[in-house]
Amino acid sequence: MNDSMLTLDDVHTHIGQHHILQGVSLSVNPGGATILLGRNGAGKSTTLKTIMGLYPASKGSIRFKGEKIHREKTHKIARMGMGFVPEDHAVLFNLTVEENFRLSMVEETETTRQNLEDVLELFPALRKFWKTKAGLLSGGQKQMLAIARVFVCDHSLLLIDEPSKGLAPIVVDQLGEALLRIKDKTKVILVEQNFNLACQVGTDCFILDDGQVVFHGMIDELAKDKPMMKAYLGI
Amino acid sequence: MKSKANTMAGLGLLLMPLIWIDPVTYLTLTVAGLSLGMLIFLIASGLTLIFGLMDVLNLAHAAFFAFGAYMGYTVLYLFNSWGWIEGASLWGSLWFLVVALGTAGLVGALLGVITERLVIQRVYGDHLMQLLVTVGVSFVMVEILKIIWGVNDEVVPIPLAFQDSFIIYGVFVEYFRVVAILLGVLVFAVLQFMLKKTKIGIIVRAGVENREIVQTTGYNINRIFTMVFALGAAFAAIGGTMMAIFNQAVDPGMGDQFLIFALIVVIIGGMGSVTGSFVGAIIVGLSFNYVAYLVPKMALGVNFMIMAIILLIRPKGLFGKE
Repeated sequence: MNDSMLTLDDVHTHIGQHHILQGVSLSVNPGGATILLGRNGAGKSTTLKTIMGLYPASKGSIRFKGEKIHREKTHKIARMGMGFVPEDHAVLFNLTVEENFRLSMVEETETTRQNLEDVLELFPALRKFWKTKAGLLSGGQKQMLAIARVFVCDHSLLLIDEPSKGLAPIVVDQLGEALLRIKDKTKVILVEQNFNLACQVGTDCFILDDGQVVFHGMIDELAKDKPMMKAYLGI
Repeated sequence: MKSKANTMAGLGLLLMPLIWIDPVTYLTLTVAGLSLGMLIFLIASGLTLIFGLMDVLNLAHAAFFAFGAYMGYTVLYLFNSWGWIEGASLWGSLWFLVVALGTAGLVGALLGVITERLVIQRVYGDHLMQLLVTVGVSFVMVEILKIIWGVNDEVVPIPLAFQDSFIIYGVFVEYFRVVAILLGVLVFAVLQFMLKKTKIGIIVRAGVENREIVQTTGYNINRIFTMVFALGAAFAAIGGTMMAIFNQAVDPGMGDQFLIFALIVVIIGGMGSVTGSFVGAIIVGLSFNYVAYLVPKMALGVNFMIMAIILLIRPKGLFGKE
Protein backbone atom coordinates (compact mmCIF):
# COMPACT_ATOMS: atom_id res chain seq x y z
CA MET A 1 0.00 0.00 0.00
CA ASN A 2 2.66 2.52 1.10
CA ASP A 3 5.87 2.74 3.16
CA SER A 4 4.11 3.74 6.39
CA MET A 5 5.40 2.16 9.55
CA LEU A 6 2.15 2.80 11.41
CA THR A 7 -1.27 3.63 10.01
CA LEU A 8 -4.44 4.47 11.91
CA ASP A 9 -7.57 4.45 9.80
CA ASP A 10 -10.75 5.97 11.26
CA VAL A 11 -9.96 4.75 14.77
CA HIS A 12 -12.62 5.19 17.43
CA THR A 13 -12.07 4.49 21.14
CA HIS A 14 -14.63 4.42 23.93
CA ILE A 15 -13.63 4.55 27.60
CA GLY A 16 -16.74 3.60 29.55
CA GLN A 17 -19.52 5.85 28.26
CA HIS A 18 -17.12 8.37 26.80
CA HIS A 19 -16.36 8.49 23.08
CA ILE A 20 -12.74 9.69 23.22
CA LEU A 21 -11.25 9.03 19.78
CA GLN A 22 -13.77 9.93 17.09
CA GLY A 23 -12.16 8.74 13.89
CA VAL A 24 -8.42 9.32 14.16
CA SER A 25 -6.59 8.70 10.89
CA LEU A 26 -2.86 9.17 10.66
CA SER A 27 0.12 7.64 8.97
CA VAL A 28 3.69 7.63 10.25
CA ASN A 29 6.77 6.90 8.15
CA PRO A 30 9.97 5.32 9.49
CA GLY A 31 12.76 7.55 10.80
CA GLY A 32 12.80 10.70 12.92
CA ALA A 33 10.23 11.82 15.46
CA THR A 34 6.55 12.54 14.89
CA ILE A 35 4.87 14.80 17.43
CA LEU A 36 1.27 14.57 18.63
CA LEU A 37 0.06 17.95 19.87
CA GLY A 38 -3.21 19.15 21.30
CA ARG A 39 -4.90 20.57 24.34
CA ASN A 40 -5.54 18.54 27.49
CA GLY A 41 -8.26 15.98 26.80
CA ALA A 42 -7.80 16.12 23.02
CA GLY A 43 -7.11 12.35 22.91
CA LYS A 44 -3.30 12.23 22.55
CA SER A 45 -2.59 9.75 25.36
CA THR A 46 -5.65 7.70 24.39
CA THR A 47 -4.28 7.49 20.84
CA LEU A 48 -0.98 6.06 22.12
CA LYS A 49 -2.76 3.64 24.48
CA THR A 50 -5.08 2.50 21.69
CA ILE A 51 -2.11 1.86 19.38
CA MET A 52 -0.47 -0.12 22.20
CA GLY A 53 -3.64 -2.20 22.74
CA LEU A 54 -4.25 -0.92 26.26
CA TYR A 55 -7.61 0.47 25.13
CA PRO A 56 -9.49 -1.54 22.49
CA ALA A 57 -10.38 0.35 19.31
CA SER A 58 -14.17 0.17 18.99
CA LYS A 59 -13.99 0.91 15.26
CA GLY A 60 -11.35 1.40 12.57
CA SER A 61 -8.05 -0.33 11.97
CA ILE A 62 -4.44 0.02 13.07
CA ARG A 63 -1.57 -1.43 11.04
CA PHE A 64 2.02 -1.69 12.27
CA LYS A 65 4.69 -2.71 9.75
CA GLY A 66 1.87 -3.84 7.45
CA GLU A 67 0.14 -6.09 10.01
CA LYS A 68 -3.23 -5.40 11.61
CA ILE A 69 -2.72 -4.96 15.35
CA HIS A 70 -6.00 -3.46 16.63
CA ARG A 71 -7.21 -6.87 17.87
CA GLU A 72 -3.85 -7.98 19.26
CA LYS A 73 -2.96 -8.19 22.95
CA THR A 74 -0.61 -5.55 24.34
CA HIS A 75 2.29 -7.90 25.05
CA LYS A 76 2.17 -9.22 21.49
CA ILE A 77 2.22 -5.68 20.06
CA ALA A 78 5.23 -4.93 22.29
CA ARG A 79 7.00 -8.04 20.98
CA MET A 80 6.42 -6.86 17.41
CA GLY A 81 8.84 -4.03 18.16
CA MET A 82 6.78 -1.28 19.72
CA GLY A 83 7.92 0.34 22.97
CA PHE A 84 5.77 2.54 25.21
CA VAL A 85 6.70 5.10 27.84
CA PRO A 86 3.51 6.20 29.66
CA GLU A 87 3.35 9.61 31.33
CA ASP A 88 4.24 10.18 35.02
CA HIS A 89 7.64 8.52 35.44
CA ALA A 90 6.72 5.05 34.23
CA VAL A 91 9.19 3.00 36.22
CA LEU A 92 8.76 0.23 38.76
CA PHE A 93 9.33 2.04 42.05
CA ASN A 94 9.91 -1.10 44.13
CA LEU A 95 12.53 -2.52 41.75
CA THR A 96 16.12 -1.34 41.66
CA VAL A 97 17.46 0.47 38.59
CA GLU A 98 19.20 -2.79 37.62
CA GLU A 99 15.97 -4.78 37.98
CA ASN A 100 14.07 -2.20 35.92
CA PHE A 101 16.58 -2.78 33.10
CA ARG A 102 16.50 -6.58 33.53
CA LEU A 103 12.72 -6.44 33.23
CA SER A 104 12.92 -4.40 30.03
CA MET A 105 15.28 -6.92 28.39
CA VAL A 106 12.62 -9.44 27.35
CA GLU A 107 15.34 -11.41 25.60
CA GLU A 108 18.90 -10.83 26.74
CA THR A 109 21.02 -10.77 23.58
CA GLU A 110 24.34 -9.22 22.58
CA THR A 111 22.37 -6.33 21.03
CA THR A 112 20.36 -5.57 24.16
CA ARG A 113 23.53 -5.73 26.29
CA GLN A 114 25.21 -3.28 23.89
CA ASN A 115 22.08 -1.07 23.99
CA LEU A 116 22.30 -1.09 27.79
CA GLU A 117 25.91 0.10 27.65
CA ASP A 118 24.92 2.85 25.17
CA VAL A 119 22.02 3.99 27.28
CA LEU A 120 24.12 4.10 30.46
CA GLU A 121 26.57 6.27 28.58
CA LEU A 122 23.67 8.52 27.67
CA PHE A 123 22.32 8.61 31.26
CA PRO A 124 25.40 8.14 33.50
CA ALA A 125 23.41 8.90 36.68
CA LEU A 126 21.57 5.61 36.25
CA ARG A 127 24.82 3.65 36.57
CA LYS A 128 25.57 5.54 39.79
CA PHE A 129 22.20 4.48 41.27
CA TRP A 130 22.36 0.94 39.83
CA LYS A 131 21.35 -0.83 43.06
CA THR A 132 18.98 1.91 44.26
CA LYS A 133 15.22 1.41 44.23
CA ALA A 134 13.72 3.48 41.40
CA GLY A 135 11.21 5.03 43.80
CA LEU A 136 14.08 6.83 45.53
CA LEU A 137 15.32 8.56 42.36
CA SER A 138 14.54 12.21 41.62
CA GLY A 139 11.74 13.07 39.19
CA GLY A 140 14.20 13.71 36.36
CA GLN A 141 16.13 10.50 37.01
CA LYS A 142 12.88 8.51 37.07
CA GLN A 143 11.93 9.93 33.68
CA MET A 144 15.40 9.17 32.30
CA LEU A 145 15.05 5.60 33.57
CA ALA A 146 11.56 5.31 32.06
CA ILE A 147 12.90 6.23 28.63
CA ALA A 148 16.19 4.36 29.02
CA ARG A 149 14.56 1.08 29.98
CA VAL A 150 12.46 1.09 26.80
CA PHE A 151 15.41 2.11 24.66
CA VAL A 152 17.40 -0.96 25.76
CA CYS A 153 15.18 -3.22 23.66
CA ASP A 154 15.52 -3.24 19.91
CA HIS A 155 12.24 -1.46 19.20
CA SER A 156 11.46 -0.11 15.78
CA LEU A 157 8.89 2.35 17.17
CA LEU A 158 8.77 4.13 20.51
CA LEU A 159 5.61 5.80 21.82
CA ILE A 160 6.54 8.39 24.45
CA ASP A 161 3.84 10.21 26.40
CA GLU A 162 4.66 13.67 27.79
CA PRO A 163 8.17 12.95 29.05
CA SER A 164 8.82 16.57 30.12
CA LYS A 165 5.75 16.78 32.38
CA GLY A 166 6.67 18.15 35.81
CA LEU A 167 10.41 18.34 35.12
CA ALA A 168 12.74 21.29 35.85
CA PRO A 169 13.90 23.25 32.73
CA ILE A 170 17.49 21.99 33.00
CA VAL A 171 16.26 18.39 33.09
CA VAL A 172 14.01 19.08 30.09
CA ASP A 173 17.14 20.22 28.17
CA GLN A 174 18.92 16.95 29.02
CA LEU A 175 15.81 15.05 28.01
CA GLY A 176 15.75 16.88 24.67
CA GLU A 177 19.35 15.85 23.96
CA ALA A 178 18.55 12.26 24.86
CA LEU A 179 15.47 12.20 22.61
CA LEU A 180 17.52 13.61 19.71
CA ARG A 181 19.97 10.73 20.04
CA ILE A 182 17.19 8.18 20.41
CA LYS A 183 15.31 9.33 17.30
CA ASP A 184 18.45 8.85 15.21
CA LYS A 185 18.25 5.15 15.97
CA THR A 186 14.53 4.49 16.48
CA LYS A 187 11.33 5.98 15.14
CA VAL A 188 9.62 8.00 17.91
CA ILE A 189 6.02 9.18 18.30
CA LEU A 190 6.08 11.81 21.00
CA VAL A 191 3.12 13.35 22.80
CA GLU A 192 4.36 16.65 24.16
CA GLN A 193 2.84 19.82 25.64
CA ASN A 194 6.18 21.64 25.70
CA PHE A 195 6.19 23.14 22.20
CA ASN A 196 9.88 24.14 22.34
CA LEU A 197 10.90 20.58 23.13
CA ALA A 198 8.56 19.31 20.41
CA CYS A 199 10.20 21.67 17.85
CA GLN A 200 13.67 20.60 18.98
CA VAL A 201 12.98 16.88 18.57
CA GLY A 202 10.27 16.54 15.93
CA THR A 203 10.02 16.89 12.19
CA ASP A 204 6.37 16.34 11.32
CA CYS A 205 3.41 16.72 13.63
CA PHE A 206 -0.30 16.03 14.08
CA ILE A 207 -2.70 18.15 16.09
CA LEU A 208 -5.59 16.39 17.77
CA ASP A 209 -8.74 18.14 18.89
CA ASP A 210 -11.86 16.49 20.30
CA GLY A 211 -10.57 13.06 19.31
CA GLN A 212 -9.87 13.91 15.68
CA VAL A 213 -6.81 14.93 13.67
CA VAL A 214 -7.22 18.58 12.67
CA PHE A 215 -3.74 19.29 11.31
CA HIS A 216 -0.86 17.37 9.78
CA GLY A 217 2.31 19.02 8.54
CA MET A 218 5.90 19.96 9.32
CA ILE A 219 6.38 21.34 12.79
CA ASP A 220 8.36 24.41 11.62
CA GLU A 221 5.46 25.30 9.30
CA LEU A 222 3.07 25.01 12.22
CA ALA A 223 5.27 27.29 14.33
CA LYS A 224 4.71 30.03 11.72
CA ASP A 225 0.94 29.50 11.57
CA LYS A 226 -0.10 31.71 14.49
CA PRO A 227 -3.91 31.35 14.07
CA MET A 228 -3.61 27.55 14.09
CA MET A 229 -1.33 27.66 17.13
CA LYS A 230 -3.78 29.94 18.94
CA ALA A 231 -6.86 27.93 17.96
CA TYR A 232 -5.64 24.45 18.85
CA LEU A 233 -2.71 24.85 21.21
CA GLY A 234 -3.57 28.14 22.94
CA ILE A 235 -0.05 29.49 22.28
CA MET B 1 21.17 0.24 66.79
CA LYS B 2 17.39 -0.07 66.51
CA SER B 3 17.60 -3.47 64.80
CA LYS B 4 20.00 -4.65 67.52
CA ALA B 5 17.49 -3.59 70.18
CA ASN B 6 14.71 -5.37 68.26
CA THR B 7 16.82 -8.56 68.04
CA MET B 8 17.53 -8.41 71.78
CA ALA B 9 13.84 -7.87 72.54
CA GLY B 10 12.90 -10.82 70.29
CA LEU B 11 15.48 -13.05 71.96
CA GLY B 12 14.21 -11.98 75.39
CA LEU B 13 10.63 -12.90 74.44
CA LEU B 14 11.81 -16.22 73.01
CA LEU B 15 13.59 -17.14 76.25
CA MET B 16 10.89 -15.77 78.57
CA PRO B 17 8.97 -19.09 78.87
CA LEU B 18 12.07 -20.48 80.66
CA ILE B 19 10.85 -18.60 83.77
CA TRP B 20 7.98 -21.10 84.04
CA ILE B 21 9.21 -24.14 82.06
CA ASP B 22 12.23 -26.38 82.79
CA PRO B 23 14.93 -26.32 80.05
CA VAL B 24 14.34 -29.85 78.65
CA THR B 25 10.59 -29.30 78.32
CA TYR B 26 11.31 -25.84 76.88
CA LEU B 27 13.54 -27.35 74.17
CA THR B 28 10.97 -30.07 73.40
CA LEU B 29 8.27 -27.42 73.04
CA THR B 30 10.61 -25.28 70.92
CA VAL B 31 11.25 -28.12 68.43
CA ALA B 32 7.51 -28.88 68.32
CA GLY B 33 6.75 -25.17 67.93
CA LEU B 34 9.26 -24.76 65.12
CA SER B 35 7.84 -27.74 63.22
CA LEU B 36 4.27 -26.47 63.70
CA GLY B 37 5.47 -23.04 62.60
CA MET B 38 7.01 -24.44 59.43
CA LEU B 39 3.81 -26.33 58.62
CA ILE B 40 1.85 -23.11 59.05
CA PHE B 41 4.46 -21.33 56.91
CA LEU B 42 3.77 -23.77 54.05
CA ILE B 43 0.12 -22.67 54.06
CA ALA B 44 0.94 -19.03 54.72
CA SER B 45 3.57 -18.88 51.95
CA GLY B 46 0.87 -19.63 49.38
CA LEU B 47 -1.39 -17.06 50.99
CA THR B 48 1.46 -14.53 50.94
CA LEU B 49 1.86 -15.01 47.20
CA ILE B 50 -1.86 -14.81 46.44
CA PHE B 51 -3.08 -12.38 49.09
CA GLY B 52 0.01 -10.35 49.88
CA LEU B 53 1.72 -10.19 46.52
CA MET B 54 -1.11 -10.48 43.97
CA ASP B 55 -3.56 -8.59 46.20
CA VAL B 56 -6.25 -11.25 45.78
CA LEU B 57 -8.41 -12.06 48.80
CA ASN B 58 -8.58 -15.80 48.34
CA LEU B 59 -10.75 -17.58 50.89
CA ALA B 60 -10.60 -20.73 48.75
CA HIS B 61 -7.03 -21.18 50.02
CA ALA B 62 -8.39 -23.36 52.84
CA ALA B 63 -10.07 -25.61 50.27
CA PHE B 64 -6.78 -26.03 48.33
CA PHE B 65 -5.21 -26.97 51.67
CA ALA B 66 -7.95 -29.54 52.41
CA PHE B 67 -7.75 -31.00 48.88
CA GLY B 68 -3.99 -31.33 49.31
CA ALA B 69 -4.48 -33.08 52.64
CA TYR B 70 -6.89 -35.60 51.08
CA MET B 71 -4.61 -36.18 48.07
CA GLY B 72 -1.70 -36.91 50.41
CA TYR B 73 -3.96 -39.17 52.48
CA THR B 74 -5.04 -41.05 49.33
CA VAL B 75 -1.47 -41.67 48.18
CA LEU B 76 -0.40 -42.89 51.64
CA TYR B 77 -3.59 -44.97 51.94
CA LEU B 78 -2.78 -46.69 48.62
CA PHE B 79 0.82 -47.35 49.63
CA ASN B 80 -0.43 -48.72 52.94
CA SER B 81 -2.98 -51.00 51.23
CA TRP B 82 -0.09 -52.47 49.23
CA GLY B 83 1.74 -53.06 52.54
CA TRP B 84 4.56 -50.64 51.78
CA ILE B 85 4.10 -48.10 54.56
CA GLU B 86 4.32 -49.80 57.92
CA GLY B 87 7.76 -51.31 57.83
CA ALA B 88 9.38 -48.74 55.54
CA SER B 89 12.82 -47.40 56.43
CA LEU B 90 13.35 -43.66 57.03
CA TRP B 91 14.59 -43.15 53.45
CA GLY B 92 11.74 -45.24 52.07
CA SER B 93 9.29 -43.19 54.11
CA LEU B 94 10.83 -39.98 52.79
CA TRP B 95 10.33 -41.27 49.25
CA PHE B 96 6.63 -41.97 49.98
CA LEU B 97 6.37 -38.48 51.44
CA VAL B 98 7.89 -36.94 48.30
CA VAL B 99 5.36 -38.82 46.11
CA ALA B 100 2.46 -37.73 48.37
CA LEU B 101 3.64 -34.09 48.43
CA GLY B 102 4.28 -34.10 44.67
CA THR B 103 0.79 -35.46 43.94
CA ALA B 104 -0.82 -32.96 46.31
CA GLY B 105 1.24 -30.10 44.83
CA LEU B 106 0.31 -31.02 41.26
CA VAL B 107 -3.40 -31.35 42.06
CA GLY B 108 -3.25 -28.07 44.04
CA ALA B 109 -1.56 -26.30 41.10
CA LEU B 110 -4.15 -27.69 38.67
CA LEU B 111 -7.02 -26.52 40.91
CA GLY B 112 -5.26 -23.15 41.18
CA VAL B 113 -5.04 -22.78 37.39
CA ILE B 114 -8.73 -23.69 36.96
CA THR B 115 -9.84 -21.31 39.75
CA GLU B 116 -7.70 -18.42 38.49
CA ARG B 117 -8.76 -18.82 34.86
CA LEU B 118 -12.46 -19.36 35.51
CA VAL B 119 -13.05 -17.10 38.49
CA ILE B 120 -10.22 -14.87 39.72
CA GLN B 121 -9.34 -13.29 36.34
CA ARG B 122 -12.77 -11.70 36.31
CA VAL B 123 -12.42 -10.06 39.72
CA TYR B 124 -8.88 -8.66 39.84
CA GLY B 125 -8.88 -5.32 41.65
CA ASP B 126 -12.31 -5.88 43.27
CA HIS B 127 -11.82 -7.13 46.84
CA LEU B 128 -15.51 -7.52 47.66
CA MET B 129 -16.12 -9.69 44.60
CA GLN B 130 -12.97 -11.68 45.34
CA LEU B 131 -14.24 -12.35 48.85
CA LEU B 132 -17.66 -13.46 47.61
CA VAL B 133 -16.56 -15.64 44.71
CA THR B 134 -13.73 -17.36 46.59
CA VAL B 135 -16.11 -18.21 49.46
CA GLY B 136 -18.32 -19.76 46.76
CA VAL B 137 -15.39 -21.66 45.24
CA SER B 138 -14.44 -22.88 48.72
CA PHE B 139 -17.98 -24.22 49.37
CA VAL B 140 -18.04 -26.00 46.00
CA MET B 141 -14.59 -27.54 46.51
CA VAL B 142 -15.36 -28.78 50.04
CA GLU B 143 -18.63 -30.32 48.80
CA ILE B 144 -16.76 -32.07 45.95
CA LEU B 145 -14.29 -33.29 48.54
CA LYS B 146 -17.15 -34.72 50.63
CA ILE B 147 -18.63 -36.46 47.55
CA ILE B 148 -15.28 -38.10 46.73
CA TRP B 149 -14.02 -39.01 50.22
CA GLY B 150 -17.12 -38.82 52.45
CA VAL B 151 -17.97 -36.56 55.35
CA ASN B 152 -16.24 -38.51 58.15
CA ASP B 153 -12.74 -38.07 59.55
CA GLU B 154 -10.18 -40.47 58.08
CA VAL B 155 -7.04 -41.80 59.77
CA VAL B 156 -3.88 -41.14 57.78
CA PRO B 157 -1.46 -44.09 57.67
CA ILE B 158 1.92 -42.82 58.87
CA PRO B 159 5.23 -44.58 58.23
CA LEU B 160 6.55 -45.89 61.51
CA ALA B 161 9.94 -44.35 60.77
CA PHE B 162 8.39 -40.88 61.01
CA GLN B 163 7.11 -41.63 64.51
CA ASP B 164 10.57 -42.70 65.66
CA SER B 165 12.65 -40.13 67.45
CA PHE B 166 16.21 -39.44 68.44
CA ILE B 167 17.47 -37.83 71.65
CA ILE B 168 19.57 -34.70 71.65
CA TYR B 169 20.49 -32.98 74.95
CA GLY B 170 17.77 -35.02 76.64
CA VAL B 171 15.14 -33.82 74.18
CA PHE B 172 13.10 -36.34 72.18
CA VAL B 173 12.88 -35.19 68.57
CA GLU B 174 10.56 -36.98 66.13
CA TYR B 175 11.97 -37.46 62.64
CA PHE B 176 8.82 -36.05 61.06
CA ARG B 177 9.29 -32.78 62.97
CA VAL B 178 12.79 -32.46 61.52
CA VAL B 179 11.41 -33.17 58.03
CA ALA B 180 8.75 -30.48 58.55
CA ILE B 181 11.34 -27.92 59.68
CA LEU B 182 13.68 -28.72 56.76
CA LEU B 183 10.82 -28.57 54.22
CA GLY B 184 9.71 -25.17 55.58
CA VAL B 185 13.25 -23.79 55.36
CA LEU B 186 13.64 -25.22 51.84
CA VAL B 187 10.38 -23.63 50.62
CA PHE B 188 11.43 -20.32 52.21
CA ALA B 189 14.83 -20.43 50.47
CA VAL B 190 13.32 -21.38 47.09
CA LEU B 191 10.70 -18.63 47.29
CA GLN B 192 13.24 -16.00 48.34
CA PHE B 193 15.57 -17.02 45.52
CA MET B 194 12.76 -17.06 42.98
CA LEU B 195 11.35 -13.67 43.93
CA LYS B 196 14.62 -11.82 44.53
CA LYS B 197 17.10 -13.33 42.08
CA THR B 198 15.26 -14.67 39.05
CA LYS B 199 13.70 -12.88 36.09
CA ILE B 200 10.31 -14.44 36.84
CA GLY B 201 10.51 -12.96 40.35
CA ILE B 202 11.23 -9.51 38.93
CA ILE B 203 8.29 -9.86 36.51
CA VAL B 204 5.94 -10.96 39.32
CA ARG B 205 6.97 -8.07 41.61
CA ALA B 206 6.70 -5.64 38.70
CA GLY B 207 3.29 -7.03 37.69
CA VAL B 208 1.94 -6.52 41.18
CA GLU B 209 3.12 -2.91 41.15
CA ASN B 210 2.11 -1.94 37.61
CA ARG B 211 0.49 -4.42 35.22
CA GLU B 212 0.47 -1.88 32.39
CA ILE B 213 4.25 -1.45 32.30
CA VAL B 214 4.80 -5.20 32.37
CA GLN B 215 2.35 -5.76 29.50
CA THR B 216 3.82 -2.96 27.38
CA THR B 217 7.28 -4.41 27.96
CA GLY B 218 6.14 -7.61 26.23
CA TYR B 219 5.15 -10.03 28.99
CA ASN B 220 1.86 -11.91 29.14
CA ILE B 221 0.92 -10.81 32.65
CA ASN B 222 -2.23 -12.94 32.75
CA ARG B 223 -0.23 -16.11 32.22
CA ILE B 224 2.32 -15.07 34.84
CA PHE B 225 -0.41 -14.33 37.40
CA THR B 226 -2.00 -17.72 36.66
CA MET B 227 1.37 -19.34 37.38
CA VAL B 228 1.78 -17.45 40.67
CA PHE B 229 -1.76 -18.35 41.75
CA ALA B 230 -1.11 -22.01 40.88
CA LEU B 231 2.14 -21.93 42.87
CA GLY B 232 0.30 -20.49 45.89
CA ALA B 233 -2.39 -23.19 45.60
CA ALA B 234 0.32 -25.88 45.28
CA PHE B 235 1.99 -24.69 48.49
CA ALA B 236 -1.39 -24.79 50.27
CA ALA B 237 -1.92 -28.37 49.06
CA ILE B 238 1.59 -29.41 50.13
CA GLY B 239 0.94 -27.81 53.52
CA GLY B 240 -2.30 -29.82 53.65
CA THR B 241 -0.51 -33.14 53.15
CA MET B 242 2.10 -32.24 55.78
CA MET B 243 -0.60 -31.24 58.27
CA ALA B 244 -2.53 -34.46 57.54
CA ILE B 245 0.56 -36.48 58.48
CA PHE B 246 1.24 -34.22 61.49
CA ASN B 247 -2.30 -34.70 62.85
CA GLN B 248 -2.58 -38.28 61.52
CA ALA B 249 -6.13 -37.45 60.36
CA VAL B 250 -8.07 -35.58 57.72
CA ASP B 251 -11.56 -34.08 57.74
CA PRO B 252 -13.39 -31.97 55.15
CA GLY B 253 -13.45 -28.85 57.35
CA MET B 254 -9.75 -28.96 58.29
CA GLY B 255 -8.86 -26.10 55.97
CA ASP B 256 -10.77 -23.43 57.85
CA GLN B 257 -9.01 -23.81 61.19
CA PHE B 258 -5.56 -23.57 59.58
CA LEU B 259 -6.60 -20.67 57.35
CA ILE B 260 -6.99 -18.64 60.55
CA PHE B 261 -3.39 -19.46 61.51
CA ALA B 262 -2.19 -18.59 58.02
CA LEU B 263 -4.06 -15.27 58.02
CA ILE B 264 -2.58 -14.37 61.42
CA VAL B 265 0.89 -15.21 60.10
CA VAL B 266 0.50 -13.12 56.93
CA ILE B 267 -0.83 -10.15 58.92
CA ILE B 268 1.91 -10.40 61.59
CA GLY B 269 4.66 -10.74 58.97
CA GLY B 270 3.35 -8.05 56.63
CA MET B 271 1.43 -8.47 53.37
CA GLY B 272 3.50 -9.78 50.50
CA SER B 273 6.63 -10.43 52.55
CA VAL B 274 7.85 -14.03 52.39
CA THR B 275 10.40 -13.27 55.13
CA GLY B 276 7.58 -11.78 57.20
CA SER B 277 5.50 -14.94 56.81
CA PHE B 278 8.49 -17.09 57.74
CA VAL B 279 9.16 -15.11 60.94
CA GLY B 280 5.42 -14.79 61.65
CA ALA B 281 4.95 -18.56 61.33
CA ILE B 282 7.78 -19.22 63.79
CA ILE B 283 6.26 -16.74 66.27
CA VAL B 284 2.81 -18.35 65.96
CA GLY B 285 4.15 -21.92 66.15
CA LEU B 286 6.32 -21.25 69.21
CA SER B 287 3.82 -19.12 71.14
CA PHE B 288 1.04 -21.65 70.46
CA ASN B 289 3.14 -24.48 71.90
CA TYR B 290 4.51 -22.58 74.94
CA VAL B 291 1.08 -21.25 75.90
CA ALA B 292 -0.64 -24.59 75.19
CA TYR B 293 1.70 -26.11 77.80
CA LEU B 294 1.26 -23.33 80.37
CA VAL B 295 -2.36 -22.22 79.88
CA PRO B 296 -3.96 -24.63 77.36
CA LYS B 297 -7.19 -22.63 76.98
CA MET B 298 -5.22 -19.56 75.88
CA ALA B 299 -3.25 -21.33 73.11
CA LEU B 300 -5.13 -19.89 70.13
CA GLY B 301 -6.05 -16.63 71.85
CA VAL B 302 -2.43 -15.67 72.43
CA ASN B 303 -1.85 -15.52 68.67
CA PHE B 304 -4.70 -13.04 68.26
CA MET B 305 -3.17 -11.00 71.11
CA ILE B 306 0.25 -11.01 69.40
CA MET B 307 -1.38 -9.98 66.13
CA ALA B 308 -3.24 -7.12 67.83
CA ILE B 309 -0.08 -5.87 69.60
CA ILE B 310 2.01 -6.00 66.40
CA LEU B 311 -0.71 -4.21 64.43
CA LEU B 312 -0.80 -1.47 67.09
CA ILE B 313 2.98 -0.99 66.95
CA ARG B 314 3.50 -1.66 63.23
CA PRO B 315 0.20 -1.49 61.30
CA LYS B 316 1.86 -2.92 58.17
CA GLY B 317 3.21 -5.96 60.05
CA LEU B 318 6.79 -6.83 60.99
CA PHE B 319 8.20 -6.81 57.45
CA GLY B 320 5.44 -4.93 55.62
CA LYS B 321 6.42 -1.85 53.63
CA GLU B 322 5.32 1.46 55.16
